[in-house]
Amino acid sequence: MSSFLLGTSSQGRTDKAAPGRNWGPLLTVAASIVVLAVAWQLTATLWPSRAFPPPLDVLRVMIRETASGEIPYHLAITLCRVAAAFLLAIVIGSAIGIFLGSHPRADRFLDPWVILSLNVPALVVIVLAYIWFGLNEVAAIGAVAFNKIPNVIVTMREGTRALDLRYADMAKVYRFGAFARLRHVLLPQLQPYLAAASRSGISLIWKIVLVVELLGRSNGVGFQINLYFQLFDVAAILAYTLAFVCVMLLIEILLVQPLEHASTRWRRRAT
Amino acid sequence: MNTLQPVGADARLEIEIRRKSFEASRGGSIDVLHDLDFAVEQNEFACLIGPSGCGKTTTLRLLLGLDRDFEGRIKLPGAGEPRIGMVFQEPVLLPWRTVEENVRLALPKALHGRSLDHLFDALGLGKMRAFYPGELSLGLARRAALARALAIEPDLLVLDEPFVSLDEATAQQLRHLLLQVWSERPTTVLMVTHNLQEAIMLADRIIVLSPRPSHVVGSFLIRVPRQSRNAQVRSDILRSFHERFPTQL
Repeated sequence: MSSFLLGTSSQGRTDKAAPGRNWGPLLTVAASIVVLAVAWQLTATLWPSRAFPPPLDVLRVMIRETASGEIPYHLAITLCRVAAAFLLAIVIGSAIGIFLGSHPRADRFLDPWVILSLNVPALVVIVLAYIWFGLNEVAAIGAVAFNKIPNVIVTMREGTRALDLRYADMAKVYRFGAFARLRHVLLPQLQPYLAAASRSGISLIWKIVLVVELLGRSNGVGFQINLYFQLFDVAAILAYTLAFVCVMLLIEILLVQPLEHASTRWRRRAT
Repeated sequence: MNTLQPVGADARLEIEIRRKSFEASRGGSIDVLHDLDFAVEQNEFACLIGPSGCGKTTTLRLLLGLDRDFEGRIKLPGAGEPRIGMVFQEPVLLPWRTVEENVRLALPKALHGRSLDHLFDALGLGKMRAFYPGELSLGLARRAALARALAIEPDLLVLDEPFVSLDEATAQQLRHLLLQVWSERPTTVLMVTHNLQEAIMLADRIIVLSPRPSHVVGSFLIRVPRQSRNAQVRSDILRSFHERFPTQL
């Protein structure tokens, strides 16, 4: 017990964060990207082809299209669709998953539906959504969300089954309100499952959004890629792809990782 | 057909369980409690003692309202919605909230924002308020669980083997802390324990349960004031307890 007290403030707490930032891992990542770019450049120089442009050409297209506002516009449209589909999938999938995880009889009844929808190909859902609901935004976003919802259900169902009932008992005895129960008891326990569902969700969803755009929308990154495919402009296809991957990486670094870091703070301090 | 009714004026805890059974996994049902009747007077410290698996924890779950599937009646002490401070066998602190947050989350609306300095200091947790439960030893986590139960100024304090699996010195220290805090603000206490020595040190009355299906075999009143219960007195009390309940440990 005395070891806790050493060097602590009156609140009994010292932050364990390192004083200086460790740049080693970042340098490794940077070096890895440079090596990839050099290898790409070398390959494109050794075997020149219209189908495989060097990185500098792609960069040039990227700058040109960004300056003209094309890339930002289509990127923004696609990101909105990704965000909408993601939110829908997480909210609906979590609600169903938590319900099934805590109601075994309903789960036994609905499990075949979940398995069925898990195995319906994304393309079938998209095509059917466009046929049934028309070539519109609701059909597009709905189809993407529908593709992801079964995965979220399965993950959150597992999370709910793994809930520690002692915390629920404690919350009941101390009369936690519904909101306090959700915020302090349920969500922290489901957080790892929610994080896993979100992470796999975002990577799946943005890929499906491109297909949806390719098949039935007149804007967005998927639409542009289809356009440049018709024109056989590989540099433009790669420019759009790279721009989109960069944005998704930025979201991961600036949003997902800090959020995860904050929500698992207690885990790192516990020994 | 059960009733779980708090009644205003009377501050006694009254338990009258006609029957409580569990469904066995192979079909049929197992009676756990049968005609279990006892009461705990206002500000009395009662210990529930009985053989393993006789349904002590089940009784606590019934009176906490965690299980409502039983025949009988439970009357909780206190007016309106009685506050029950519970210390579970394990501390059951939320690992993602600090010690102070764990205690504050349990506070009823009327006590929101109250100062917890005195309680934390009395329990030796003054410097631990900002720690997460994972950073505490079991003894300290138990103290935090005790702080949470006492902070709500309970009408009834329920303790389910709160000092089990601690080394004897730590357990003894915690028993003294419990007595000290409890005597500052006495409340009705029902504590389940396997440890007869512990019961003799803490309780005003020991309620002895039979093996399953459980009922009250008898109750053993300890009239000696706590401060006079030295080692010699405790061993005398133990001897007379054994004379009355020869089959009990």
